[in-house]
Amino acid sequence: MNRFLRLVGRDLRLALRQGSDATIAVMFFVLCVVLFPFGVGPEPNILARIAPGVIWVAALLASLLSLERLFQTDYEDGSLELMSLTALPLEAVVLAKTLAHWLVTGLPLIAAAPLLAVLLNMDGAGFGVLVLTLAIGTPILSLIGAIGAALTLGARRGGVLLSLLILPLYIPVLIFGAGAIDAAINGLTPRPHLLLLAGILAAALPLAPWAGAAALRQAVE
Amino acid sequence: MPVFTGSELTCLRGDRLVFTGLDFRLEPGGALVLLGPNGSGKSSLLRVMGGLLRPFRGALRWDGALVADDPDAHRANVQYVGHLDAVKPVLTAAENLAFWAALGGAADPMARARDALNRLGVPQIADVPGRCLSAGQKRRLNLARLLAAPAPLWLLDEPTVALDRAAIALFEGLIAEHRATGGMVALSTHTDIATPGGEELRLDDFTPQTDDEDDGQDDGGQDDDVREDAAP
Repeated sequence: MNRFLRLVGRDLRLALRQGSDATIAVMFFVLCVVLFPFGVGPEPNILARIAPGVIWVAALLASLLSLERLFQTDYEDGSLELMSLTALPLEAVVLAKTLAHWLVTGLPLIAAAPLLAVLLNMDGAGFGVLVLTLAIGTPILSLIGAIGAALTLGARRGGVLLSLLILPLYIPVLIFGAGAIDAAINGLTPRPHLLLLAGILAAALPLAPWAGAAALRQAVE
Repeated sequence: MPVFTGSELTCLRGDRLVFTGLDFRLEPGGALVLLGPNGSGKSSLLRVMGGLLRPFRGALRWDGALVADDPDAHRANVQYVGHLDAVKPVLTAAENLAFWAALGGAADPMARARDALNRLGVPQIADVPGRCLSAGQKRRLNLARLLAAPAPLWLLDEPTVALDRAAIALFEGLIAEHRATGGMVALSTHTDIATPGGEELRLDDFTPQTDDEDDGQDDGGQDDDVREDAAP
């Protein structure tokens, strides 16, 4: 456990010193959403109607942005093969790096989302659920993304390949995430959507590190 | 004290047979010096020994127990120094090293890291960020990992690249000390590293004989191509 926390701490320190990954993800998220009123027109009703979907799609794209570099730098400078030679299992390495990635890129998205909801004139009833769905959903995005990042390690143009691999897998998260907010706005209970989302998280939590570690073993070989 | 042996090892990279029918035996305090021209499989053998690469055929045994049965346990016995220095440019030398010490289970990783840098004769780089280090300093930092996160088996892939004469002499002393306390060392080198009583293993003895003359397609440098082979 101590080793696990050490790795999380090191990745956080690296991210904060380099500084770019965290701010780029959240800036991209904000800009992406801000573009919609320009494209769709400043009609409040239309914007309010599409707000949940727009925010969720932008969150998917933003979390995808820095995923390519999740294992890339450690792979290139040899840290990854050294990590695979420690007492820390590779599954725990994947989980620790994913956790650090989520803390750096996922948390700022959750913080920025209510502001963007105001910008899009989203119904007030959906705000709490928006934050809740992102809190459950963004860890899933990081976890699924970690599998893709591990699989595309060492491939040329890995970033593009990664998007093609991962975006289809994000669809269920998008459906239940946006669906829960829509339900809350329309006076229905968001509970089933949230439960399904939580179910996906419960499945991804053990499966993604396991699959990611298997892919990393191939890459290190 | 553990004994590390390999029997009938065969290594396949892509569709090329690198070596076949290779046996080795390392006892506590032992040293194995891998010799051979470029592409004869020195790096591959070291990676097989560390569990980074699965042998195509053959078995590794640690104290009689098959390594393949519990690869994770074996990895904790190993400290590997490869061609890449694994130095993060934004972390200071001491921070870089303290991370590996912590993964190795040290109680006070920072103190341990500074101590290891002292012993490698570069205490002055402790607070210098990785991006400002010279190639030789990075290499010393990488070698300091052997002291900061101790393991019974050292696998050293051309460890003296970029080192000056004084550092090589210092490093020979560290190897001797490690062996005196029952540690084992396997290393490949093109410069001479003094390993008194060490056993030599010539890898070209295990290169498979080919009937047709297609050796020309391999223009050496296989040691450095390991990562490219892994890429699809």
